[in-house]
Amino acid sequence: MSGRIVVAGASLGGLRAAEQLRAAGWSGSVTVIGDEPHPPYNRPPLSKEVLAGKAAFASLAFAPKASVTDVEWRLGTRIVSARLADRTVELDDGAALPYDGLVVATGMRPRRLDCPGPVAGRHTVRTIDDAQTLRVGLTRPGVRVVVVGAGFIGCEVAATAVGLGAAEVTVVDPLPLPMAGPLGELLARELRARHEQRGVRFVLGAGVAGFEGGDRVTGVVLSDGSALPADVVVESVGSVANTEWLDGNGLDLSDGVLTDGHLRAGGRPEVVAVGDVARFPNARYDGVPRRVEHWSVPTDSAKHAAKVLVGGAAGVPSFAPLPTFWSDQHDFRLQSFGAPGLGLGDVRVLDGDLAGDVLVGYHRDGLLVGVVALGGPSAARAAARYRAELLKQPALTAQGALS
Amino acid sequence: MKVVVDMNKCQDHGQCVFSAPDVFRMDDDGRLAYVPDPGDALRDEVEEAADVCPLQAIRIED
Repeated sequence: MSGRIVVAGASLGGLRAAEQLRAAGWSGSVTVIGDEPHPPYNRPPLSKEVLAGKAAFASLAFAPKASVTDVEWRLGTRIVSARLADRTVELDDGAALPYDGLVVATGMRPRRLDCPGPVAGRHTVRTIDDAQTLRVGLTRPGVRVVVVGAGFIGCEVAATAVGLGAAEVTVVDPLPLPMAGPLGELLARELRARHEQRGVRFVLGAGVAGFEGGDRVTGVVLSDGSALPADVVVESVGSVANTEWLDGNGLDLSDGVLTDGHLRAGGRPEVVAVGDVARFPNARYDGVPRRVEHWSVPTDSAKHAAKVLVGGAAGVPSFAPLPTFWSDQHDFRLQSFGAPGLGLGDVRVLDGDLAGDVLVGYHRDGLLVGVVALGGPSAARAAARYRAELLKQPALTAQGALS
Repeated sequence: MKVVVDMNKCQDHGQCVFSAPDVFRMDDDGRLAYVPDPGDALRDEVEEAADVCPLQAIRIED
């Protein structure tokens, strides 16, 4: 293959794709197209250091590598459609760009609540612009903050808001515990207690019915009709895949871009997907395609996808990353290896105790499939030991554990 | 090869240790320690360590 590879998306996945195309020996042209005006930057600090005022934008930008100095960047440009049969994408400035290879790295955007009431004062945290706008709201004296959604982003933002001295920080979620979906009840109960000890209030088992206020939000109406006063609302209720531009090409876009075990989409060897928009089967587990919104995925998937796009899949083992993620909240850290979500039915403390530093193991049919460390260095050391165990395990499918 | 870690950015995640155990390690207090001048044979693993650093605190200066 020669000619041009178009990388759709200019965040971490797009950047790593460009770098890995060069690393895989691609010497043709590479064009990276991204709708944000900024060069690629690191998003995890947005809900923490950026909101807290401890990191400036300049410190978030990824350092450019020498290998990608000849890559063409079209920033502030959106791809509006693609015709995969003609190997062409169309841009919002009217240009049509032919390609020989296409990397889909358009990522996710925040899901918004579809509720009556004012819009001003309601925030999300996905981009640097989002975070800077939210910071202005959070640093007003006496601010009352309501976070809708008790997942990782919501809990990180709540912790940061407490640290900034907000007068009230309340987290609302229809589920009975924070972060229980990915982590299970045992850790979720402990995390709720730690948040409450540090000043976060939870209203759980409650949905949001609407917003009060005239020009801007003054309160959040819950599904039971009661209301919480709010100057700032943060919506952290999941995300939506940016795939509309791929409509009409016969791809399965029901939840991101469905790929094969080599990250190729629609049976087309010249189209791959990377990052959190890719719904891929992980050969390490059960072969069920899933999207994975961890920071490690863009880097891991770009490496595999670039290699296959440039050199083909012959002799290349299927994509089988060991998932990993972390979350910093208040003064504690969560660090995970493997797939805790596949072992929520059998959760055990493997090291330490829940009140202090602890390592929790998640099992499927008696087999360890994931670990989560909560706390300081001793938990991190234990996690590193078990990470090595997880890496050594044969694929679950081969053992029939998930059949 | 010269390796520089911005210790103001580093938050002791330890991901670099998994990628380049010959260059990075966590000390008994859970703080990062590293070899600032590893041999060039380790370049690939140090590059991977720089890529996977959550804080992007690792720089390679030739």
